[in-house]
Amino acid sequence: MPNFKFLEDIAIADAAFEAYGDTLEELFESCALATFEVMVDTKNIKPEQKEEIQIDDLNLEDLLFDFISELVYLKDVRKVLFSRFDLHISKNKEYSLKGTIWGEKIDYKKQEIRRDVKAITYHMLEVKRIDKGWKAQVILDT
Amino acid sequence: MQVKKIEDYIWEIPVTEKEGMRVPARIIASEKIMKEMDQGVYNQITNVACLPGIQNYAYCMPDGHWGYGFPIGGVAAFDLKEGVISPGGIGFDINCGVRSIRTNLTFEELKPKLNELMDTLYRLVPAGVGSTGFVKLNIERFKELMVKGVDWCIQNGYGWEEDRERIEQGGRIQGANPDKVSQKAISRGMDQAGTLGSGNHYLELQVAQTDKIFYPKAAKVFGIDRPDQIFVMIHCGSRGFGHQIATDYLRVFTEAMRKYNIRVLDKELACAPYNSPEGQDYYGAMVCAANSAFANRQVILHRVREAFSQVFHKEPKDLGMHIIYDVAHNIAKLEEHLVNGEKKKVLVHRKGATRSFGPGHPDVPEFYRQIGQPVIVGGSMETSSYLLVGSQRAMDLTMGSTMHGSGRTMSREAAKRRVRGYELMKSMEERGIAVRAVSMPGLAEEAGFAYKNISEVVDAVDCAGISRKVIELKPIGNIKG
Repeated sequence: MPNFKFLEDIAIADAAFEAYGDTLEELFESCALATFEVMVDTKNIKPEQKEEIQIDDLNLEDLLFDFISELVYLKDVRKVLFSRFDLHISKNKEYSLKGTIWGEKIDYKKQEIRRDVKAITYHMLEVKRIDKGWKAQVILDT
Repeated sequence: MQVKKIEDYIWEIPVTEKEGMRVPARIIASEKIMKEMDQGVYNQITNVACLPGIQNYAYCMPDGHWGYGFPIGGVAAFDLKEGVISPGGIGFDINCGVRSIRTNLTFEELKPKLNELMDTLYRLVPAGVGSTGFVKLNIERFKELMVKGVDWCIQNGYGWEEDRERIEQGGRIQGANPDKVSQKAISRGMDQAGTLGSGNHYLELQVAQTDKIFYPKAAKVFGIDRPDQIFVMIHCGSRGFGHQIATDYLRVFTEAMRKYNIRVLDKELACAPYNSPEGQDYYGAMVCAANSAFANRQVILHRVREAFSQVFHKEPKDLGMHIIYDVAHNIAKLEEHLVNGEKKKVLVHRKGATRSFGPGHPDVPEFYRQIGQPVIVGGSMETSSYLLVGSQRAMDLTMGSTMHGSGRTMSREAAKRRVRGYELMKSMEERGIAVRAVSMPGLAEEAGFAYKNISEVVDAVDCAGISRKVIELKPIGNIKG
């Protein structure tokens, strides 16, 4: 289950959250869902349009940065808000993320849109192992 | 952290306060603003003071608050040989800025048509997530736009010849290099020219407050010549195009820092020497975004003029819809400033800060040269905005820089808990501010109580002397993305 909470006391003009996952895949899915939750109530976004993504990086923070950046890019170019993420992360020499994501065309008549996300920042960006699984901290520019 | 008072409105954090500080940090603020200042600002502005090649001081304006990398309100200038360029010192929304436009209309003349005008503006100026503009571009035309900026708009019928000189840098900064812009940035930005965006971006109708003219000579030069005169303000930036360029180069710079052996205290301060291939590539791409933002505000102005013309059945020229000025408040620019008593060309980063060139400066258009460059400060949507002018003191004290807005004090979530969008809209309408908002939760997030008291912040820059108040503008209609 995606698991995240918004942090209100840091970078108040923007959006900050903590996300959790038992596995790296779950952690990244939590981060993705939190990003779109800033923009819309993701429960109302039907998973009807599909995109495939692949990202390779040397470390997990860069991988998360590039993954969220890709989602923000696809949101603008395809005009789609995403709500379902099926990811697979493997590690050989570097980390490799492959995944399928689903969402619905932006439609102000059907969806109550909150605000836009412009980008993910590196400010206080963190991906770390905790007792049970993984935790990340993310600040988005909104 | 030790903060020393240098004189009224000038505070300094000495280099001894943090390991690695190359220059002291200076904050411009009143005692009250200083007391209420977000603690994140102290940490962030001293991080900026550690960057290679920084000149004089790391500055923070009184509207400063916790951002990412630089604080919002941060200003820093760098040596062109030893210094760096940093996307975190500019912001993702490259050349986010404000444009102010006068009209010949009075509030009395506009009032009966306020709702019709608001509906027309709302129809002609697209706002919100995923919105697209009416200007149809292909890659070639878009590349031309990012080099020529406002000149492209004027050539294509979206502006008047006189508009150019009423915009910072003529709405066209030299050095744009479209070859250094990614395909992703192009596809993200190509259909967004003429759109407002979301968040704190807006299009506002305002009434110039005749009883709040603080500098009559400048007000006269601005064309303030009748009571309750209608003004228009446009606040937006380079949209997804700029956001993508900043994202792309943050990644380039995280790699480049290893190459150039640069260490920073916050990864968002990722940077590269200005005088390196990476630094030059980013500068060329950043200027493309800056020019596209000037063009974006220009295309929006074109639509605003059309809207007024449709509603009042007069040509925009007969309605006197001249630009007062257009300022960039998220940008890095090559400028000449005094460093150790000598004139020197430096790269000034302003993130949530405005250029404030004083009277006589050659970059100020001739018709403003006696009063100084116009400075536009946008308030929250419930509170007043201000027109000011730049000063010599800003040249001497803050490398020609001043504030940009009121500065947030409350998170967006907290604002939404305090008020619902519809309630706020109703209350604003009761107070005489018509509202058209794409997003009701988005409206609540921008409630006036989530911001510092703008009058106090404007008074701080006025008293510090880094710009001079001219007039207050009160909102009567707000279109929010």
